[in-house]
Amino acid sequence: MTLAEKILARAGGKKIVTPGEIVTAKVDVAMSHENADVVLKAFREIGLKKVWAPERIVIIFDHRIPAESERTAATHKRVREFVAEQGITHFYDMKLGICHQVLPEKGHSIPGQLLVGTDSHTTTHGAFGTFAAGIGGTEMAGVWATGEIWLRVPETIKIIVSGKFKKNVSAKDLILYIIWKLGCDGADYKSVEFCGPTMDDMTIASRMVLSNLSMEMGAKVAFCPVDKKTIEYVSSRNKNKVEIIKPDADASYEKILEFDVSELEPQVACPHAVDNVKPVKEVKGIKIHQALLGSCTNGRLEDLASAAKILENKKVAESVRMLVIPASREIYLEAMKAGYLETFIKAGALILNPGCGPCLGGHQGLLAAGEVCISTTNRNFQARMGSAESFVYLASPATVAASAIKGEITEAL
Amino acid sequence: MIKGKVWKFGDDVNTDVIYPGKYLSITADPVEMAKHSFETVYPNFIKEAKPGDIVVGGKFFGCGSSREQAVTCLKHFGIKAIIAESFARIYYRNAINLGLPILVCKGISSKVNQGDIVDIEFETGKIKNTTTGEEMQATPLPAFIMEIINTGGLIPYLRQTAKK
Ligand code: SF4
Repeated sequence: MTLAEKILARAGGKKIVTPGEIVTAKVDVAMSHENADVVLKAFREIGLKKVWAPERIVIIFDHRIPAESERTAATHKRVREFVAEQGITHFYDMKLGICHQVLPEKGHSIPGQLLVGTDSHTTTHGAFGTFAAGIGGTEMAGVWATGEIWLRVPETIKIIVSGKFKKNVSAKDLILYIIWKLGCDGADYKSVEFCGPTMDDMTIASRMVLSNLSMEMGAKVAFCPVDKKTIEYVSSRNKNKVEIIKPDADASYEKILEFDVSELEPQVACPHAVDNVKPVKEVKGIKIHQALLGSCTNGRLEDLASAAKILENKKVAESVRMLVIPASREIYLEAMKAGYLETFIKAGALILNPGCGPCLGGHQGLLAAGEVCISTTNRNFQARMGSAESFVYLASPATVAASAIKGEITEAL
Repeated sequence: MIKGKVWKFGDDVNTDVIYPGKYLSITADPVEMAKHSFETVYPNFIKEAKPGDIVVGGKFFGCGSSREQAVTCLKHFGIKAIIAESFARIYYRNAINLGLPILVCKGISSKVNQGDIVDIEFETGKIKNTTTGEEMQATPLPAFIMEIINTGGLIPYLRQTAKK
């Protein structure tokens, strides 16, 4: 069986499952953010008094923090009251960062477990070997009520990655390139398994970039190899024993694709689709107004490090607003100790509190008509970050930093 | 049987287009949500579409965010069904869970035009374009999913099973 099949078989109490089959699976972790407000409203409508397992529910505020409006403040308040009423153990009240970074940090992303989240980029946790899929709010109310969810066993696409990245080329460039090749629905309903020598060498942070962005080719779940590195990370965050889980040697795949990164160049996803990908050199020279470094895709320490290296003793162009958002408080502190924050501030960037920031167009740095932003985030849909006539280009931290200095899209040298 | 006028969209219509992120702080009022359906990119929709209409999408309708507001807004606008070449998985599940009839119908983009009237026999997946007379076959839904939709969505469904 593939990883997805193995985990769904276990969660569904079955010996074996095959793609297409529908299983009723037991959920290990149920994650929500501000949209817990939608969930709790639906939950109340079911008419139950108590959630199935308060210790398995994780709620975190990260999308609109601190509250940008009275309405959001009221949302936060309602959810806090629900958390207290239900005795929900894992509640992170806007001080820790973005859900997809904080859950692994707090030991909730465990190899072999089933995690559902009311957020599409829940695929991120597949980087730890977790079957992690996004669901809607009403569906989450069902999980809160029963602890179960029906899931169709997905077909699996295996992606073998080999080769060494060139300087200033990273996991972000690779996944943008893969999305270009497969198209935005190339993995719709599917499980993706990344493997190969490049994956073995890759840091946990970079693996998370691949699992995170696999959502943008439609993936239901996206796994990275579970190895010593994974176990070390997870064990340092969670006292329970964790085990290596691997697909069977005779697992059957819908497709096997191979990518060699040795010759890969920096990539950028152009407006208004994530699969509209081009090598950076083809769009060089486009003037930018905002540069955004952060998000659940690229707001980790190695991302800040790569940008800081480029910005060291340099200045962000006068015409550019550069926003830096560490993905979590932990990363914020580490970046401070490493001196990256000082580098950013001296270069003229603004540092915002850990959280989603303007990624979803809620607040903190929206775009006016005609404005262009180069961003390390994962979506560039029309009107996502403000005006329907604004333009978002997605790229790596290195490309964003280099472009911020130049005031136009450019490669990092 | 569902009968309605077609509102036709192209491929890869995403959730930011259906329901913009800036309105996500509206959580409690579906009627207010409905007013922002397709607002930024297809402003004509709110002005001209009518309750009872049917949304027809191309491939990968509803891609992007998990926000179920992108279903809630259309349901409370009065859209009676959504048919597309294919859906993004979370959107598809959200429609089922909110009790909004949804069908996958390969080839529909080339067989209906904006403003056509279609008849949908939901149980069998038979669709007829009454404007042109053309017939199509959508993929019928599994029985337990039909049951969720027919009960009005996951919440009424769970309320019922909780009582049993
Ligand atoms: S950073 Fe952006 S993509 Fe990630 S969870 Fe927040 S809003 Fe979603």
